[in-house]
Amino acid sequence: MSYKGKFRVWRGEGGEGRLEDFTVEVNEGEVVLDVIHRLQATQAPDLAVRWNCKAGKCGSCSMEINGKPRLGCMTRMSTFTEDETITVTPMRTFPVIKDLVTDVSYNYQKAREIPSFTPPKDVKPGEYRMQQIDVERSQEFRKCIECFMCNNVCHVIRDHEENKTHFAGPRFLMRIAELDMHPYDVADRKDSAQEDHGLGYCNITKCCTEVCPEHIKITDNALIPMKERVVDRKYDPLVWLGNKIFRR
Amino acid sequence: MERHEYDVVVIGAGGAGLRAAIEARQQGKRTAIICKSLFGKAHTVMAEGGAAAAMGNVNSDDNWMVHFRDTMRGGKFLNNWRMAELHAKEAPDRVWELEAWGALFDRTKDGKISQRNFGGHEYPRLAHVGDRTGLEMIRTLQQRVVALQQEDFEVHGDYEAYIKVFAECTVTRLLKDGDAISGAFAYWRETGKFMVFDAPAVVLATGGIGKSFVVTSNSWEYTGDGHALALLAGAQLINMEFIQFHPTGMVWPPSVRGILVTESVRGDGGVLRNSEGRRFMFDYIPDVFKDKYATSEEEGDRWYTDQANNRRPPELLPRDEVARAINAEVKAGRGSPQGGVFLDVSSRLPAAEIIKRLPSMHHQFKELADVDITAEPMQVGPTCHYVMGGVEVDADTGAASVPGLFAAGEVSGGMHGSNRLGGNSLSDLLVFGRRAGAGAAAYVDSLGARRPQVTGVEEAHAEALAPLERQGGENPYEVHHELQRTMNELVGIIRKETEVAEALQVVEKLKERATNTTAPGGKVYNPGWHLALDLRNMLLVSECVAKAALLRQESRGGHTRDDYPAMEPEWRRKLLVCSAKPDGSEVQVVEKTQVSMRDDLITLFDRAELSKYLTEDELAEYDAAAKELS
Repeated sequence: MSYKGKFRVWRGEGGEGRLEDFTVEVNEGEVVLDVIHRLQATQAPDLAVRWNCKAGKCGSCSMEINGKPRLGCMTRMSTFTEDETITVTPMRTFPVIKDLVTDVSYNYQKAREIPSFTPPKDVKPGEYRMQQIDVERSQEFRKCIECFMCNNVCHVIRDHEENKTHFAGPRFLMRIAELDMHPYDVADRKDSAQEDHGLGYCNITKCCTEVCPEHIKITDNALIPMKERVVDRKYDPLVWLGNKIFRR
Repeated sequence: MERHEYDVVVIGAGGAGLRAAIEARQQGKRTAIICKSLFGKAHTVMAEGGAAAAMGNVNSDDNWMVHFRDTMRGGKFLNNWRMAELHAKEAPDRVWELEAWGALFDRTKDGKISQRNFGGHEYPRLAHVGDRTGLEMIRTLQQRVVALQQEDFEVHGDYEAYIKVFAECTVTRLLKDGDAISGAFAYWRETGKFMVFDAPAVVLATGGIGKSFVVTSNSWEYTGDGHALALLAGAQLINMEFIQFHPTGMVWPPSVRGILVTESVRGDGGVLRNSEGRRFMFDYIPDVFKDKYATSEEEGDRWYTDQANNRRPPELLPRDEVARAINAEVKAGRGSPQGGVFLDVSSRLPAAEIIKRLPSMHHQFKELADVDITAEPMQVGPTCHYVMGGVEVDADTGAASVPGLFAAGEVSGGMHGSNRLGGNSLSDLLVFGRRAGAGAAAYVDSLGARRPQVTGVEEAHAEALAPLERQGGENPYEVHHELQRTMNELVGIIRKETEVAEALQVVEKLKERATNTTAPGGKVYNPGWHLALDLRNMLLVSECVAKAALLRQESRGGHTRDDYPAMEPEWRRKLLVCSAKPDGSEVQVVEKTQVSMRDDLITLFDRAELSKYLTEDELAEYDAAAKELS
């Protein structure tokens, strides 16, 4: 049932680091985060990793496992062969603090730049009436656990550091869509989505949707509809192209 | 050393902490939120079922009095009745307020907030979003904090002028000036650098203590920090012997043992069966609940569609009852292959309906256990979930006995008595988070220009550095594992005198070993060091739990004594109060008499029901009160 697994884990801080090899016990039913914890308890007590709920609900343990953005707590060891070396590295788009822990403050800055929920002034708490079908669109986006893997994988910032100032990333473009589709939100978000938050940079490659551990259809249900709402006022060739390619 | 001056420092950024911080800021106080994890990751995200509030949206017979009665019953009448009253009255407003801040709850047909059934609640009462209600709450509160920061930016040009989040920071000591709170000592997890908060009011909202147990639904953060900080600062803890073992945690695979399976599975129709296929909960309805629960499967099943003419199925008994029943079935050899019992919803609802109502359970079992809950039963068993005990506070303001110290949420004690009802936690966070924030703000106002001075920084600094400076000491991970095993095995769901006494001896030895831990590596994001510091808190809290459990010679709610199996009316009036010296030594537990319930509240109950809980003397008081009011 248990075997010795081969792990290669990125270790380092302050801009320096290297991959370190470990051989470590792996037991039936375990996930990658369990093995990282065993490394901490037995071989590397100062190995830094974020985690909380260990059930895929908090989005803390985002990392790259064999190069793919994954939650450590939801990646089962049984998806690898026993002789495979598993490489675990921090998210690439954000600066490393230490080992697997990255500085994700970019995400919190962007969250703050999106104007908040803006209800009509005359509706009092307790008076809200909404139909289930109308809340479901935004509810899908509110499933987001803020693991930030969509922002991590988005090439607009993964490969272009300079875009971070004017691109909110899929997570927060989706937040704009969520508010825009909220039955009681009265703010006009269309111009600012394009002009302030960089919606136009998204060229709907769907990388964000692919890595979303909550299986939110970020591109199809949030970003493309948001682009369509913007296009009422502005011509966006990508929407036109997207419609052709994906026959929506 | 970094130094920050605030009016109110809130420790913890779960539901209670954020609601307290929002209140303090709305009352014009400069507020800091300190949390061990990133902003928005607190344990509240794990809450699944919903927030209990008697809005009466699904059954218009519901009101605060029914909710109050259910809460007191669930807690076996040991609750701080004033807290239970405030909670039942204010929960609806707190839930509606969230909606005005952007929360999107599931809806009824007429567009109101939908409410679901839950254990111990007479009517459908839990506002929810599928089975991810906690996430919705934390995100809504987080976004409310951001909205306030945006307002402050408009006015002051600085997002953090009035409310700032210190994420990934741990507080190791509260600082005092004489008797009163004057601030807190903390370190940044990211850099290991220390800092001092200079603040006259501190709100503890640190959650629970589950990490002292092996099988728990709690995350690494639940190390009893607030409980320990309060004790060390001279405040008292009450009800520490009462720990809720949630009946349904995952039991397989081993690495996820203890992870929560929401009570909504049962609320929405799921049933518990043993290895013989029997719905065994019908065999475990205790006398005090006999007339409220169905005695046949047919009646229980009818209840889901016709609540007026049928009684609820016993799967929806309060959590302590269900957890003990599962424990007993497994011990009797009627458990499932992996040491739990079966929880089946697959034969009760269509697959599409299960996925719609219980999406995260479906996801969790599929991903972690290769089990499709729409096609086969889950295997579940009890898991350490919640501590009813905590800081003794004033119900109306959340104030502890130490001036300037406040507590709300799981870290406070009293509200839930000996056992918490599912759904009462999320509403508790909102109601008492707000009250503690307001209490802290009023306290700061009452001080006027006087600000207490920070003292004790050097001692706190030396204490925090010690594990890094020691060489060749104990591995903190090993001390932690031994504590978890000890508490789980000896002070777990069923307790007896000899075992609890043994646990106390082990804890005593572990306390010594914990003072000799070593954390190799530097100060930057060093989990070994962080754990070495958290151990002090876990050990202190474990000692309180064990000492109180040894003293209470009866069984009630989250405290079951094998050697004293009955519930004793004499004990209902007694609270066990823990205190300690500033160095954590000499934990004392003393009895304190519970204050009698106000006449207008106690007369909400039938005499026949009360006679199961109260002493003869108390019943005479009840008769007098009833006469007075009639």
